[in-house]
Amino acid sequence: MLHLPVLKADERKHSMDTEKGEKVDLSDAIFQLEKEGEWIVQRVPEPYIELDTKYGRKKKIPVEHTWHHKSCGQCGHIPGYSASIFWLNREFGLDYHDPTDQTSCTAWNYYASATSNPEAQAAVAIRNFAAAYEVGYFPIIHCGTSFGHYKEVRHALVHQPELRRKVKAIMEKLGKPFVIPEEIVHYSEWVMAMKDRIAERQQLDMSMITATVHPACHYHKLIEDDAIYDSEIYGAQRSAIITGTLQALGINVADYSTWFDCCGFGFRHILVSRDFSRSFSVQRKIGVMIEEANPDVTVTHDTGCVTTLDQSQFAGKAHGKKVGLPVMSDSQMAALAMGAHPYKVLQLHWHNTDNKAFLEKLGIDHEQKWAEFQSEVKKIKDGKMEYMSWEDAK
Amino acid sequence: MAETMQALDLSQNKYSDVTMEEKDRLFAEVKSDDRWEHVLYGCYECGICVAACPSARFYDFSPRVIAQAVAREDTDLVYTLMADSIWDCSQCFSCDRCPRQNSPGQIITIMREVAVKNGLTSAKEALQGYGRIIYKIMLTGTQVSPDMLQPDAFPDWGTHVHEIAENLDDWRKALPPETLHTTETSWTIDDKTIIELYLIWHMTGVMDLISGVDEGLYDIIVDVMEERLEEAGYDDVTFD
Repeated sequence: MLHLPVLKADERKHSMDTEKGEKVDLSDAIFQLEKEGEWIVQRVPEPYIELDTKYGRKKKIPVEHTWHHKSCGQCGHIPGYSASIFWLNREFGLDYHDPTDQTSCTAWNYYASATSNPEAQAAVAIRNFAAAYEVGYFPIIHCGTSFGHYKEVRHALVHQPELRRKVKAIMEKLGKPFVIPEEIVHYSEWVMAMKDRIAERQQLDMSMITATVHPACHYHKLIEDDAIYDSEIYGAQRSAIITGTLQALGINVADYSTWFDCCGFGFRHILVSRDFSRSFSVQRKIGVMIEEANPDVTVTHDTGCVTTLDQSQFAGKAHGKKVGLPVMSDSQMAALAMGAHPYKVLQLHWHNTDNKAFLEKLGIDHEQKWAEFQSEVKKIKDGKMEYMSWEDAK
Repeated sequence: MAETMQALDLSQNKYSDVTMEEKDRLFAEVKSDDRWEHVLYGCYECGICVAACPSARFYDFSPRVIAQAVAREDTDLVYTLMADSIWDCSQCFSCDRCPRQNSPGQIITIMREVAVKNGLTSAKEALQGYGRIIYKIMLTGTQVSPDMLQPDAFPDWGTHVHEIAENLDDWRKALPPETLHTTETSWTIDDKTIIELYLIWHMTGVMDLISGVDEGLYDIIVDVMEERLEEAGYDDVTFD
C-alpha cells in the first residue's frame, strides 16, 4: 500500500467556509411549514449549547430533557456504549428519558436490503419523533446512521409535499402528531457540547494517551452541512466531532492518512459478506492507524464503526496483520475519564480486541475491576440480585 | 482476505436475453423516483467518487461507471449494473463528495429498491441469508439483538462470542439501564410500538414488497403479527 506523508493538521492554515451556509440551511423552511399548518416543530428545550456546523450555522444542542433514541447495534452488542451515555447524564444530574416506545430507525436494514421505501422510512422516523413529543422530551440520536438517515428524511419531507401528505395521513391513522424536531441531534454532539464540564469533573489523567479518531460516514457525509465543525480543529476542514472531546480530556489525537475512509461496515456486508468488512477495516483503517500513529486506542461514535473496527481484528490477527488496537466510543472515553467503572458501566467485556494494556497505561487495575464486576454477576447467578442497578454500578 | 469477484461484464452481451422493453421499463422506474432530480446532475468523470469508495478497492465496482451509465441513459449498461454491481456498494456515501453534487450512493439506493420491487434475480441472491434480519426488524423494531451473538453466526469474531453467548442472560442483567435487560430485542419495546410499526409496513406497501421477495417470510410475519394484533385487541384493523 502507498503511504503518503501525513501533514500535521494543526499546521494547516484554513478557515471555515461560511458562504455556502444560507443555501443549505433548512431552518426557515421548517418553521415556514409549521406556519402553514403542515407540521409541529418541536423546539430545542433550554438550556442548550450552540456549536458551529460545517458552514457556520449555530446548532442548538440540548443539555437535558432529552429522549434517548437508542441504537439497536449499540444496545444489542456493545451495550456499555449506551450505558455510558446514560451514566454521563446521571452524573450531571440531568433530566432524561429512556423510552420503551421507540423502534430503531430501520435504516440499517434499508441501506442493506432496500426492502423498504422512503415513505415507510419517513413514517418510522416521524412515529419516533411523535413518541418523544408526546412525553415532552427532545430526541437525541445515539446511532450515526439513524442521525444521518433522519436528516435525509427531514430534507425529503421539506422538499417533497407528496411525501409529507402521505406521512401525515399515516400519523393521523396512528393517532399521533406530525412533529419534526427543530434540530436533529447526535449524542456525540451532546458529549462535545458538554466537554468542558466533563473535563472539570475528570478524575483520570489521560495526557499519556494517544488516540486516533474515526468519524462515522453517516454522521458527516450525509447532509454534511449539519455536522459539527470548529475553526480551531483541523482548520474546520474536517468535522471536529470526537476530536474536540478527546482534546478537552487532554488526549493527544494523532492524525493518519485514511481518516476520511469508511470503517468497512457496509450494512449488508457486515451481516452476510464480512470478508469485505474485515479486509477494509484491517487494511485501510486499523493497520494504517497503527503504522502511522501507533495509538493506544481508536475512538469513534457510531454503532457500526465500533463493531467493525473492533470485531474485524480477530481475523486480522490470524492473517498476521497489524492489529491489537482497542476501539471505544467517545461516550465510553468521557465516562472513563470521569471515573466510570470499566466493566459495570463501560461494559468492556463485550468488546473483542484486548484493552488491558490501555487500561494499565491509565493506571486502572483491570483485574480488580473485573473481580468487582464478577461479584455482581455472581449475585445475579445466585439469585441474590435480580439486576445490577445504577447504585450497584458505582 | 477479500473475495475474488468476477469482472463486471461491460460488453452488454450478458443480458441480451432480457428485452430492451423490460430494461427500458426498469430504468424508467428508477428515473421516476421522487429523489431522482436530487441525486444526478451530470458527471464530470473526475473519479473523485471512486477514490473515496471503499467497495471500489475490493470489488470490480465503480460509482463513476454507475453515474455515467445513468447520466448517458445507457439502458443496457444500467440493467447490467442493476444485475451485477449495485449490491457491492457499502452505502457509506463517501461518494457524496462529488463536485457535480451527484450522489452515486443514493442512485444505487433507488436502483436497489427497483431491483427488489421487481424481483430481479440479483436482488433475491443478495438477500439470501438476510431473511432473519428482515424478520427481526419487522417483528421487533430492532435490527439486531443480543441473542444473535452466537458462535456459529460469527465464527470470524473469535472466542469472545462464545463467552458472550454463554453468559448472555446474566450479562444482560448486569447492565444498569433498566431497558437493556432483554436478549431477544436490543431494548424493551412496548407492544403498542411494535403494532404501530407493523401498521406502517402495511400502509406503505412494505409488506407487499416482502411478499414479492420472500413469500415464506411474508407468511411467517403475517402469522406472528396477526396473533399479536388479536391479543392486543386490534380485531378490525385495516391497512389502507
